Amino acid sequence: MKISGAKIVIETLIENGVDTVFGYPGGAVLNIYDELYKNCDRIKHYTTSHEQGAAHAADGYARVSGKTGVVIATSGPGATNLVTGIATAYLDSTPLVALTGNVATGLIGRDSFQEVDICGVTMPITKHNFMVKDINVLADTIREAFKIANSGRPGPVLIDIPKDIQTAQTHFTPNKKEDFCKVYKNGVKAFNDAMQLIKESKRPFIYAGGGVVISDASSELSTFADTIDAPIGTSMMGLSAVSCDNERFLGMTGMHGRFAASKALASCDLIIAVGTRFSDRATGNKTKFIHGKKVIHIDIDPAEIGKNIPAYVSLVGDVKKILSKLNANMQKIEREEWSKEVQSIKNSKDYHLEMDKSRLNPQSVIETVNKYADKDTIIATDVGQHQMWVAQYYNFKKARTFVTSGGLGTMGFGLGASIGASIGAQKKAVLFTSDGGFHMNLNEMATLVSYNLPVLIVVMNNNALGMVRQWQTLFFESRYSCTSLNRKTDYVMLAKAFGINGCKIDDMSKLNNAVKDALKYNRPYLLEVTIDPDEKVLPMIPPNGTINDIILKA
Amino acid sequence: MKQERIVLSMLVNNEAGVLTRVSGLFARRGFNIDTLSVGVTLDPKVSRITITALGDEYIKEQIRLQLEKLHDVIIIEEMDLESTVMRELLLIKVKVEQGNRREILDATSIFRAKVVDLTPTHLTMEVTGDSSKCNAFLEYMMPFGVEELCRTGITAISRGSKVLKK
Ligand SMILES: Cc1ncc(C[n+]2csc(CCOP(=O)(O)OP(=O)(O)O)c2C)c(N)n1
Repeated sequence: MKISGAKIVIETLIENGVDTVFGYPGGAVLNIYDELYKNCDRIKHYTTSHEQGAAHAADGYARVSGKTGVVIATSGPGATNLVTGIATAYLDSTPLVALTGNVATGLIGRDSFQEVDICGVTMPITKHNFMVKDINVLADTIREAFKIANSGRPGPVLIDIPKDIQTAQTHFTPNKKEDFCKVYKNGVKAFNDAMQLIKESKRPFIYAGGGVVISDASSELSTFADTIDAPIGTSMMGLSAVSCDNERFLGMTGMHGRFAASKALASCDLIIAVGTRFSDRATGNKTKFIHGKKVIHIDIDPAEIGKNIPAYVSLVGDVKKILSKLNANMQKIEREEWSKEVQSIKNSKDYHLEMDKSRLNPQSVIETVNKYADKDTIIATDVGQHQMWVAQYYNFKKARTFVTSGGLGTMGFGLGASIGASIGAQKKAVLFTSDGGFHMNLNEMATLVSYNLPVLIVVMNNNALGMVRQWQTLFFESRYSCTSLNRKTDYVMLAKAFGINGCKIDDMSKLNNAVKDALKYNRPYLLEVTIDPDEKVLPMIPPNGTINDIILKA
Repeated sequence: MKQERIVLSMLVNNEAGVLTRVSGLFARRGFNIDTLSVGVTLDPKVSRITITALGDEYIKEQIRLQLEKLHDVIIIEEMDLESTVMRELLLIKVKVEQGNRREILDATSIFRAKVVDLTPTHLTMEVTGDSSKCNAFLEYMMPFGVEELCRTGITAISRGSKVLKK
C-alpha cells in the first residue's frame, strides 16, 4: 500500500521511539500536522509560543531523558526561528532531529513565499542536514538522521522536506529501530600507556565534562576515582555527573569554578579529562593550564583530542565503556600524601565562598530551593550570573538534573528547556532565570499554562544584565553601558496575565516559606526575588588567567 | 610551528552541497584553502576532491579530523608528497605583438605547453605540470603581456599500486 510522505514522517518517528515532539505549524508543514492530528494517540505534540521555544524544549527533553529531541517547524521564518535552538544543541552535543517544511520542489530557488535555504543556514550548526527531493528516500533519510544524531558524539540533524514530498505517495516498509552503537578501536598500547601514566602519577586529577552525563557514566566515574584515589572536578556541563555527596568531588573548575577544584587542578601532575573539550571558559590560559602536567584525554570525538589541549595519551570512544575497561584492569592505588593535600585544599577557608546573608542574596535563594526540592528535580537556567550561582551553590545529586546552555551561552534558553525537561523527566523543574534572559522568551509561559506543567520559575531580578555588568565593573571602570535595565515589568502581574500564580520576595525573612510553598504546586508558579545588582559571581579567574589570578573577594 | 604544504585527497558522496560543506568547514575553522579541484570518480556516486593548503602539524591534524566528521566524507588522506603525482592545468592568453610570436612559440615548446588557440592578436596556451612548472611558464610569459589566465588547482594521485579507497 502506498502512503504519503507526511505519513511516512510519522511512521518513521514512531519507529525511532518518538512519542513526543515540539513544534509550531505553518503552511509548509500542513500535511505533517494533519498526520499528527490523526495520530495524536501515538505522538504527543506540544505547541509552543515560538519555534525557538520549541527547539529549546526539544533540547531540554533530550538532555534529561537521553532520548532524541524532535522539533517541527514550517518553512522560512519558522525554520529560521529554530536556528538559535539548533546551535545551542550543537554546542552542547544534544541529539536533536529538526524537521522543517519547505516550498514544493518546483518552487525552490525562486525566492518563493516563505522559502529559505535552511540547509545552507544550518550547515555549520548541525552534524548533518538533508533536503529530501525524492519521496522514495524519505523514510531512509529520517532513519539516517536519527542515527547521525545519536551515534558518536550526539548532535542536531535537520531534515528539510518540501511540501510536494509530504503529499507524494510511495510504498513504505517498516523497519526496526537501528542500533546506533559505533565501535571504536583503541590500541592495547593506548590503554597500557594510560594505566602506566596513572600509576606513575603522584597527583592525578579527574576532570569530567558533559560527556560523562551524556554517556550515563556517573557510576563508572566514581568507581574510577576510588580505584585510582583521585579527586574530581567538573566543567559546567559535567555538573550532575558526580553527586555532591561524593567525598572526592571538589566542584566545578574554570572561570567561576570552586577555589578548591581549581586549586587542586592547578596542583596536579596528571589531568585525566573525561568527556570534555577544554573550552576556553574552563581552562583559562591554555599554556599555563597544562604547565608541568600530563594529560590523558578520553572522549568520543576524535577531533577533540588535541584541539584545545595537547594530550599525552588519548582514548577515543564512549567514556562509559572506556572507564569500565580501565576499572576492570586497574588495581586499587592509594595516594596518602595527595589525598591529604586535597583534603586540606578542600577545607581551606575559600572553599565555600559565603555571600552576605544579612540581605536577600542569590546563594540563600538557591540553597533554599535546594533544601526543599527533591533530589531528582530538574534544575534549568538561563545565562548569566544566576546560571553561575546555580552551578556553584546547587548540590546536584543525580545525572541529567542540570539543564543549562554551556557552549553557546544562550540567554532565553531556560524557559523552553525547562518545559521540555519537565515533560521528558515527567517531573518538576525549577527554572532559575533573571530579568534579562527571562524577557527574551517569556512568551513560553503560555505553553506552561496550556499544558499545566509543574515548572517553578525563579526570576532573580537584579534589575541589570548582571554578568555583563560584572565585567564592566571589573574591566571597564564601572561604565555601565546598556546593562542597567530597570525594566518596569511587574513579573507577578505578568505571570498572572498568562494564568500563572506567583509572588515577589524582597525580604530574607519571607524566602523560606515562599520557596517551600512554591515547590508544593503541581502546576506552573513564579517567584520573583529581588537581588542586589552589585552582587558578584566569585571566585573568578579572569579570561586567559590562571589560579594565581583568581579573584576571591569583591 | 613550521608551516608546510598539505595535499589532501578525499572521496565524498557526489551530492548537492558537498563542496559547500567541505569548503565551509575550512572557512569556519580558520584554515585557508590554496587550491581545490573536484571531479567524479569511477563510481558516479562518489567524487574526489583534492585540496592543498598551508599549515603546521596542528592544522594538518585538525583539518583531517574535522573533515572526517562530515557525513558526506567517505575517506580522507593526506598525500605523501614524495610518492604522489601532482598536476595542475594552466590556460593562459597572451597578447601577440609584432615580432614576438616566434619567441612565445619557442618557449611554449620548451615548456611542453600547447597552443590551443591562435588569432592574429592573441595566443592561448595550455600547460600541464606541477605548480612550479606552471609558475615558471607564467613568469616567462608575463613580459609579453598576459591578458588572462586560469588554473584548475592541483589534482593528485599516488604512484604505484596504492589506491584511495575506504
Ligand atoms: C542571546 C544572548 N544575548 C546576549 C548574551 C550576552 N550576555 C551574557 S550574560 C548577559 C547578561 C544576562 O543578564 P540576565 O539575564 O539579567 O542575568 P544575570 O546575569 O543578571 O543573572 C548577556 C547580555 C547572551 N549570552 N545571549
